[in-house]
Amino acid sequence: MATKVTSAVMRQGLRVLGVAIRTEKTVFAAAVLSSALYGGMTVASAWALGWATENAVLPAFAKGEVTAGALWISVLLIVGTALLKALGVAGRRILAGVLQYRMQARSRRDVTKQYLRLPLSWHQQHPTGQLLSNASADAEAAWAPLAPLPMAVGVIVMLVTAAVAMVVTDPVLALVGFLIFPAIAVLNLVYQRRLSPLATRAQQLRAEVSEIAHESFDGALVVKTLGREDLETARFERRARELRDANIAVGRVRGLFDPMLEALPTLGVLIVLMVGAMRLSAASITSGELVQVAYLFTLLAFPIRALGWVLAELPRSVVGWQRVQAVLDATGSMDYGRSSVPGSGAVGLAVSGLSYSYGTAEVLHDVTFEVAAGRTVALVGPTGSGKSTLVQALGRLVDPDKGEVRLDGVDLREIAYGGIADTVALVPQQTFLFDDTVRGNITLGLDVSEDQVWAALRLAQADGFVAKLPAGLDTKVGERGTTLSGGQRQRIALARAVVRRPRLLILDDATSSVDPQVESKILYGLRHLNAAGTGEQDAAGRPDDASTVVVIAYRLATIALADEVVYLDRGNVVDRGSHEQLLERCPGYRNLVTAYEREEAERAAITAEEEEEEVVA
Amino acid sequence: MSVAFQDSGRSALATVRHGLSLTPEFHKGLAGTLVLAVVATIGKVIVPIAVQQTIDTGLKTGTPDISYISRAVLLCAAAVVITALCGYVMNVRLYKATEASLATLRVRGFRHVHDLSVLTQNSERRGALVSRVTNDIDQISNFMQWGGLMIIVAFGQLLVATVLMFVYSWQLTLLVWVCFIPLMIALPRFQRWLSNAYTIVRERTGDMLAAVSESVVGAAVIRAYGAERRTSDRIDIAINANRSAQVRAQKIVGLVFPLTEIVAAAAIAGIVLVGVRLGLSGDITAGRLVAFLFLVTLFVSPLQIATEVLNEAQNAVAGWRRVLGVLDTPPDVADPGEEGVSLPRGPISVAFEDVHFAYPGGAPVLRELSVAIPPSARVAVVGETGSGKTTFAKLLTRLMDPVDGRVTIDGHDLRDVRFSSLRERIVMVPQDGFLFDGTLADNVRFGRPSATDEEIALALTELGLADWLEGLPEGLSTTVGQRGESLSAGERQLVALARAYLADPDLLLLDEATSAVDPATEVRLARALDGVTRGRTAISIAHRLSTAENADEVFVFDAGRLVQRGPHADLVREPGVYADLHASWVSAARS
Repeated sequence: MATKVTSAVMRQGLRVLGVAIRTEKTVFAAAVLSSALYGGMTVASAWALGWATENAVLPAFAKGEVTAGALWISVLLIVGTALLKALGVAGRRILAGVLQYRMQARSRRDVTKQYLRLPLSWHQQHPTGQLLSNASADAEAAWAPLAPLPMAVGVIVMLVTAAVAMVVTDPVLALVGFLIFPAIAVLNLVYQRRLSPLATRAQQLRAEVSEIAHESFDGALVVKTLGREDLETARFERRARELRDANIAVGRVRGLFDPMLEALPTLGVLIVLMVGAMRLSAASITSGELVQVAYLFTLLAFPIRALGWVLAELPRSVVGWQRVQAVLDATGSMDYGRSSVPGSGAVGLAVSGLSYSYGTAEVLHDVTFEVAAGRTVALVGPTGSGKSTLVQALGRLVDPDKGEVRLDGVDLREIAYGGIADTVALVPQQTFLFDDTVRGNITLGLDVSEDQVWAALRLAQADGFVAKLPAGLDTKVGERGTTLSGGQRQRIALARAVVRRPRLLILDDATSSVDPQVESKILYGLRHLNAAGTGEQDAAGRPDDASTVVVIAYRLATIALADEVVYLDRGNVVDRGSHEQLLERCPGYRNLVTAYEREEAERAAITAEEEEEEVVA
Repeated sequence: MSVAFQDSGRSALATVRHGLSLTPEFHKGLAGTLVLAVVATIGKVIVPIAVQQTIDTGLKTGTPDISYISRAVLLCAAAVVITALCGYVMNVRLYKATEASLATLRVRGFRHVHDLSVLTQNSERRGALVSRVTNDIDQISNFMQWGGLMIIVAFGQLLVATVLMFVYSWQLTLLVWVCFIPLMIALPRFQRWLSNAYTIVRERTGDMLAAVSESVVGAAVIRAYGAERRTSDRIDIAINANRSAQVRAQKIVGLVFPLTEIVAAAAIAGIVLVGVRLGLSGDITAGRLVAFLFLVTLFVSPLQIATEVLNEAQNAVAGWRRVLGVLDTPPDVADPGEEGVSLPRGPISVAFEDVHFAYPGGAPVLRELSVAIPPSARVAVVGETGSGKTTFAKLLTRLMDPVDGRVTIDGHDLRDVRFSSLRERIVMVPQDGFLFDGTLADNVRFGRPSATDEEIALALTELGLADWLEGLPEGLSTTVGQRGESLSAGERQLVALARAYLADPDLLLLDEATSAVDPATEVRLARALDGVTRGRTAISIAHRLSTAENADEVFVFDAGRLVQRGPHADLVREPGVYADLHASWVSAARS
């Protein structure tokens, strides 16, 4: 990671700044103009003070009388330059903020739009933490140099004006300035180059300390139940100590350079006094001019550091920019076709030759099966057999590497954007709720009546607890639904799917946190819904209100809902048929679904044996 | 009993004092550091003095007295170097002392969070809890190394400048102060504006981050429901609200900051106007008057940064409050430590004696529970959601203490057993098998840090998970991702179980620990975990009543009471809660 101010980083950094300048031309121009006003007026205020000393103060002491005109002009000059300078400062600061925050917001909007556009497979390859930091910390770092940038430009104006003013006043005194100011700038550059990698390291460690605390507190229950508090504290302490040492290293550099940067202009003023006195005795300058130059030194000492601030931020900015850009440049978008799924009511589903890999590990291999419209299929298989990946392919959250998925004969990849969401509803294993109201979470912007929402909640057995919530449907569920229990969240997610009257409903173990009694009511409702519909039939002779259902299940009650079972093991379809058929001919399936009964039987046998032995004994 | 974090209600000063008293590293050598700071501050008035001396003495006669000016300048230069040196030493000492003390505070805070009871831990969002040992402490450190130092430097600077001004001319000193006092009076108000603006920025930033995270965490659901546009709109609103808040705060800063320049200019103009007249009456020399112009600039920087410093001070005090809030909160489920007993390993007997439990301010969730569990028993705990079965588990593992009555193991009250001994003998596996970001082996090893890879592989084999392990791309070295999110819910539970199995406790308590695992694997696991041969007690809380069918004894909870107990075969025959539960389960699992 780039942490040093090398010339390559400088070039890249300036290119990044160029992007901001081109994007926000007006704001940047206004900020720079304000800053130039500030720079010019800073020099002017020193000149005003020198003028006042020369024309009002010293003559008065010399002659013993006040020239009212010169005095009032002095006051006017001093206050006037200060007002203009203040105006420049205010404009510079506010506009620099506007510039920086606008660019940050722009990057964040672009990055999140990209997150929403990129396919799920892209998300699966990137850790959550990294993506969040791309949109927050990296977007911030990328545009951080924009805050001191206008000031730096103003300082350049200030330096040029000051150089001209000093040369005009006295070339010899100007020479002192030409020695001291570049020295300050160089010293500051050295400072920032030394500081930058140390500060980056401290920042990195701060993030790591925070990560450890996050993880450790998230897993607090595990830490407690296994009594690993000491282990965790030691892990945290190691990193906290490293952070301490990194911060002290930063402090050493700061402690060294800050006093030096303050001492240098002070020494400059002393040299000015020394040299100025000689020039005075040679009658090359006046006392007023001496005061003016000395004052200029005190005024310039601080702002000149702004050049260093911009440079200091550049390496971080370049890294941030590159990370943001990597997201924006990411390809592998999901292309949509123009077709739609014809007709209404339940759709037929056909999967053929479907294969899918995560990296090199193939999780689905040549999967083929069909589900006729309005039928229910249960996907059954051991933990880790690829069921969840398969249903993601059915809802086109991922595209298969090989093979295809068709709805009523239409390949998912040919369907127009939004077409699949209108047809298919997938309830994933991991419930996700938005930080929104119950209603918002169910409709997700879909135009449905209140009655329909309640009907969906009833089917999901969620109407009872939702009605008891403080604001009913309009209750906010909190970030990721934290105010609700796991089972309640699952039921809201189920209602979200049902309210859409999907033509294909996919349930990925979507009732695992729900009590069995409640679950059986939900399943009954689903079956009932499916069987009943409105009773009307479309041209193809199928009920128009029914759904085709694919359900991942372990429980026999759920499996019993299904017209057919597809048994999956290690990514392969091992067998398919009715529950009874599979029970008879598929050992893996039999083994899985009858585990409890066999267990019971074995136990009974053992007990019987034991009893027998006792009898024998 | 209160479970929430303490807020002592101390004043700002008392908070800081108490905070500092907890960090002895900070006191050591503090006096020396302060002396150095004062010397370093004196460096600021060298220029005005040099200017005054040059004009009044060096240029008195009209022709410059070069030798005097050289001597004065050299002397001043030496003073500059010395004060800079003091500044360096002072800075390094300050950084060392503050960082050392804050690292201590950080680690203490972290440890204390783990020592607090589950109830207290859960009374706050995890992010906020993390802040108490990270951001809050960073805020204190920022203040100590910059803001706090600035307050001292600024006071010193104003004081030294004022003293010198007073020596030169009391009338002009008065004039300067009259110019600056209104600004000083207004400062706290500016700070309040700014602090309010920053509070809004922080809130908006939080909202923005939460909105952005939805696009990542909710990626699957957003795509499944075509909610991209809607989510994008919500995120844009949050991002733009954050930007507006930032710009608003910046406007306050931008408007307040240059005010000092204007006031300083007014003071300078006043000095010129009044000073010249004072000069005529012989009350001030030209050099002193010019020195005043330089001295006024010393007022500018302290006042310009004052709002920011005050703001930091406020944040630091708030940070301290929140850190102390952790340390001041007594662990309500405390380790008896040295005074407690350490029990020998081996078969364990458990007894609940007239145990009551209610959450603070809540209705009782467990009542009059008296039950004994003999060594090596296999117990299943069943009941509907809210029946009290999870409370039973938490009391048995001493995640909570009973409000009334007592829980004993081998005849000892749990409250008298040292945590090191208790956690070795009793381990609970919760439903959500939390995993740490690392490899599979790292996570299993968390159960027994000394375990080798071979022992871990053996444990997985004993649990019947060898096939599953083989199927993983990198076996034991497979990385599980943050919170184990690279694995499926069922696989996470497998790892969590293996972790507890490796810990090899005398009593293993499973709280819905296999809810996402397929039945065949579950049965295999249950058999391995029973550990009958080892004499281990196994207690399972489960939805799936298959567990109950296999248990020696079933505890049936209903509405906070143990309503039935006995072997499955007996319970299923008598009408009651269990028979109902079983019937509905059978219809679900066997229909």
